[in-house]
Amino acid sequence: MIERLSIFAVASLVMVVSACSPRQGAVAGDPFERVNRGTHAFNKGLDRTILSPLSKTYTDVVPDPVENSVSNFASNLSLPGKVVNNLLQLDLSSATRNSARFVLNSTVGLAGLFDPSKKIGLVEKDTDFGETLQGWGVAEGVYLELPVFGPSNLRDGLALFVDMLLLDPAGQILKPPVSEYRTASNMGAILQKRQIYGAQIDDVLYGSADSYAQSRLVYLQSRRFELKDIANDAYIDPYAEFE
Amino acid sequence: MPNLNKTSIARRTVLTGLASCLVAGPVFALDKRTATLLVDQLVGEINAAIDSGMSETKLIGRFEGIFAEYADVNIIARSALGPAARTATPAELEAYVAAFRGYIARKYGKRFHEFVGGKIVVTGTSDRGKFYEVMAVTELRGSAPFEVAFRVSDRSGQNLFFDIIIEGISLLSSERVEIGALLDARNGDIAKLTRDLARLG
Repeated sequence: MIERLSIFAVASLVMVVSACSPRQGAVAGDPFERVNRGTHAFNKGLDRTILSPLSKTYTDVVPDPVENSVSNFASNLSLPGKVVNNLLQLDLSSATRNSARFVLNSTVGLAGLFDPSKKIGLVEKDTDFGETLQGWGVAEGVYLELPVFGPSNLRDGLALFVDMLLLDPAGQILKPPVSEYRTASNMGAILQKRQIYGAQIDDVLYGSADSYAQSRLVYLQSRRFELKDIANDAYIDPYAEFE
Repeated sequence: MPNLNKTSIARRTVLTGLASCLVAGPVFALDKRTATLLVDQLVGEINAAIDSGMSETKLIGRFEGIFAEYADVNIIARSALGPAARTATPAELEAYVAAFRGYIARKYGKRFHEFVGGKIVVTGTSDRGKFYEVMAVTELRGSAPFEVAFRVSDRSGQNLFFDIIIEGISLLSSERVEIGALLDARNGDIAKLTRDLARLG
């Protein structure tokens, strides 16, 4: 029953997203800019008052090897969900790679605290349901800034919830207290990431004249780059403008 | 004797050719090979600068020189200004482009300063119709490599790059957003923007 419900949810989601999306090749518009700017102000406040200072304290107090193990633990438990997406994309080689990583790191890597796979060149092939939808021909849709989660678009924003609620085997199997450790480790991973990319994030949020517009640009361009979305290559030809 | 004459004529031709190269910059037509060569030289200079161990201030000065030599700063600056570039007076535009030169060198000089201890390696070139895209990757200690693409064109009359795309994020697009926002915040006053650019970046 749950399975059938999931398939139905996914199918109707695809239809909704397709119907709302601009045609391939078009630059995503931002019809919700006013709302998005409000959300951006909220998110920026959240970063300034909580995320950024907490990240600094966390990375100052916790020794690096512990930080890495916390992030490894979180990342390892996200692998089954990625394998599901690899399979939905019919990408068997990445599915095999991510599965092998999960098995090796869960055993030899002591429940994922360590990353022996990396030492033998078995690196993760990151993916998500947004990429799966893209493979199915769904365009990115309008730009959205989500509360807490930050910059996104209609396709990838909805896909984020599908990944969390429907396509996460670890989340469905794990029981407390392990599921609680997982939540905590996800938080730790976010705090560590905020520190690693600190200079770039601070640049966009606090060093630019319009942090909303700059973070929208950075998100859209890096997401398209990540998904090799060549149809949306909207880079500027400066010579054409002055011809 | 006739032989000697021939040699000296040939030598004179070569020297004149070389001199005109030095005066007029690269006169070779832009193709895949020359585009790659240009970025090879550019990347060589960037690597030498970040490897030199000089202070950030000195590095930024060096970058201003590198930008002046290899980038079409004029078109980058005008494009970043957006529609306002069409209505500005020639004098306003000239002052703005001059201020933009320093601004962009400071900004990206700082960014390349983060590469200290690493280097950039050219990996290939593709023909993109109106321009060439030269791909490179960074080799950094303790961090995953990332992709840098240089877009090169000869439409200014010289072979120069007009955009750097780092992991998909375009310098030209970012500057258009940034300069646009700075100009909006000054109610479209280009003279005020030009004055303020001197301390930004």
